[in-house]
Amino acid sequence: MSEPSLAMPLSVALVGNPNCGKTALFNRLTGSRQKVANYAGVTVERKEGRLRLPSGRKVRMLDLPGAYSLNATSPDEAVTRDVCLGQHPDEAQPDLLLCVADATNLRLHLRFVLELTRLGRPMVLALNMADAARKRGIRIDAQALERELGFPVVETIAVRREGAAALIKALDGHAPSIPTAPAADADLHAAARQLIASAVHMPDPTSPRDAAIDRWVLHPVAGLAILALTMLVVFQAVYAWGEPVKELIEASVGGLGALINATLPEGLLRSLLVDGVIAGVGGVLVFLPQILILFFFILILEESGYLPRAAFLLDRFMVGAGLSGRAFIPLLSSFACAIPGIMAARSIPNPRDRFLTILVAPMMTCSARLPVYALLIGAFIPDRPIGGLFNLQGLVLFALYMAGILGALSVAYIARYFGRHNEEQALMLEIPAWRLPNPLDVLIGLKERGMIFLRRAGTLILALSVLLWVLSTFPTPPADWTRPAIEYSFAGHIGRALAVVFEPIGFNWQICVALIPGLAAREVAVAGLASVYAISAPEGQAEELLSTALANQWTLATALSLLAWYVFAPQCLATLSVVRRETNSWRATAFWAALLTGLAYLASLIVYRLALILS
Amino acid sequence: MQLSELPRGTRATVVKVSDLANPDPIAARLRDLGFVAGEPVSLVAQGPFGADPILIQIGFTRFALRRSEAARVEVEHV
Repeated sequence: MSEPSLAMPLSVALVGNPNCGKTALFNRLTGSRQKVANYAGVTVERKEGRLRLPSGRKVRMLDLPGAYSLNATSPDEAVTRDVCLGQHPDEAQPDLLLCVADATNLRLHLRFVLELTRLGRPMVLALNMADAARKRGIRIDAQALERELGFPVVETIAVRREGAAALIKALDGHAPSIPTAPAADADLHAAARQLIASAVHMPDPTSPRDAAIDRWVLHPVAGLAILALTMLVVFQAVYAWGEPVKELIEASVGGLGALINATLPEGLLRSLLVDGVIAGVGGVLVFLPQILILFFFILILEESGYLPRAAFLLDRFMVGAGLSGRAFIPLLSSFACAIPGIMAARSIPNPRDRFLTILVAPMMTCSARLPVYALLIGAFIPDRPIGGLFNLQGLVLFALYMAGILGALSVAYIARYFGRHNEEQALMLEIPAWRLPNPLDVLIGLKERGMIFLRRAGTLILALSVLLWVLSTFPTPPADWTRPAIEYSFAGHIGRALAVVFEPIGFNWQICVALIPGLAAREVAVAGLASVYAISAPEGQAEELLSTALANQWTLATALSLLAWYVFAPQCLATLSVVRRETNSWRATAFWAALLTGLAYLASLIVYRLALILS
Repeated sequence: MQLSELPRGTRATVVKVSDLANPDPIAARLRDLGFVAGEPVSLVAQGPFGADPILIQIGFTRFALRRSEAARVEVEHV
């Protein structure tokens, strides 16, 4: 093998067990210079970052999915195996494997490191979380480890700024060292034990602090109470904290619209800008705070180690409903957006469990539905305190979330009786040490997810808002028009045609118009309603709040019916394409879409008829 | 004794992991995770519904295992 030229970037792959702090280390090393995409053909997340060593050499760093073994049991692990072996179709074999091991969990992690040494590739080992290890009285003789392994061993603290300095030094200037692997027939567990005996002193198997926390968090009664409370606090916070920021953005957007109205002469351009662009995108942007708050909580729960504990608590319950405890994480992620949720289902090794999770994940109330919920709740549900702690609006929001959860569980439960499931499904879930979430890692995760939402809001939603504006503006009404202009437009015609189908569940034609772009992305339905009502409102009242317009023009039964529709609503096209990709079957995707549409119609029908009877 | 029968707080060591099928990917993964002869194990916690899954401490790591998975692991009292 020839020595790679110094002008070429060094390609480094970060590889290690799940929960070794690999991604935190990756964030520390590459900062914001990251590119997140998918590996071709599969939806395993591919994270690449760049950094420059003090010597000036560039490094291209790949953060491989966490794996316990090269004997892969999930698509994630298969990517790691293929890249390490140099068998991945789109990835060149990395120049250097940067193994990451949790210094407090070496018995498990060293086995994988030893398995990797058999590949005969240049390696460096980062002993991560060195600070936590020291605190627990764990003493590691890094030099002894280095001698035994035959490649550089460096202590790192991924959560500290200077925690990776020694690692950067080790990457820089050193000639790559090929490790000395254990014999082909050697027992890797025995070899790991031997390494630990010679170089590591570990007084306690677990930290007393973790044991104390887990006594409560994993307690059969207290643990479930803590879980329920956590979820309730998250949803209340989304509503209560998001609202003030939302109002601020709303005011700014309204001000911008008024400014343009005052500056530009009346005409098509002004109408396009104010009624199409600003009303559309602005109406969606205002919900960004709520979405970020929700993601913030999910990231904190993920980083702290609470999510696997929640999976432990709920596994039996989820199995009872035909799912697996591992499905909890994809399902919880789906509360933010079904797309990452469906993608997170990759961590479920069993294909049947995985498909079922994908099937029901979109019934979890995603953040894109929040704009619709928030609008309708704001317009129709009185803001009344209940029991001092909560208010009626928050409780209705909670009920909508619960309806989605119960619907998903019922579908999964019924699905158990169809299809074969004689294959045993595995849990085998590691419960990691408790960790204080690191602000930088939460920030990077938040930025990543916020950008995804904004990109969708900025491009897809803008395009659809303008399309809807065209549909609802043209053809322009005849000279002797008497009714609102929109009734003469394309949108009016399409909406009225659809209204026949939706009349039994109480939808008027304006809702039907908004439902069309709502299929492309649910949050667009609000933009659609804003456009439809802003444009059809008489001159001078265009700035009237959309919620006031709705409260005046809809009955409570219609509003409740639309809320029920959105609990199960046919999914956005982006979700549809992800389902198609993840299931790799149009038949499964069509089944999935038909099921959700049917459920939504049924739920709305029941709610509408009940509301009519009761009112 | 099977790991799934281990009382709470009792120390034991792994004897072996048995394959229930051929191949048995669950047994193979258990071995990769460190369930091999001589490893110390103990039961830390049990799930709230039907005392399933169970939380097993093995070495310095803790895994949530369903009882059906833990039944593959033979253990003996220390």
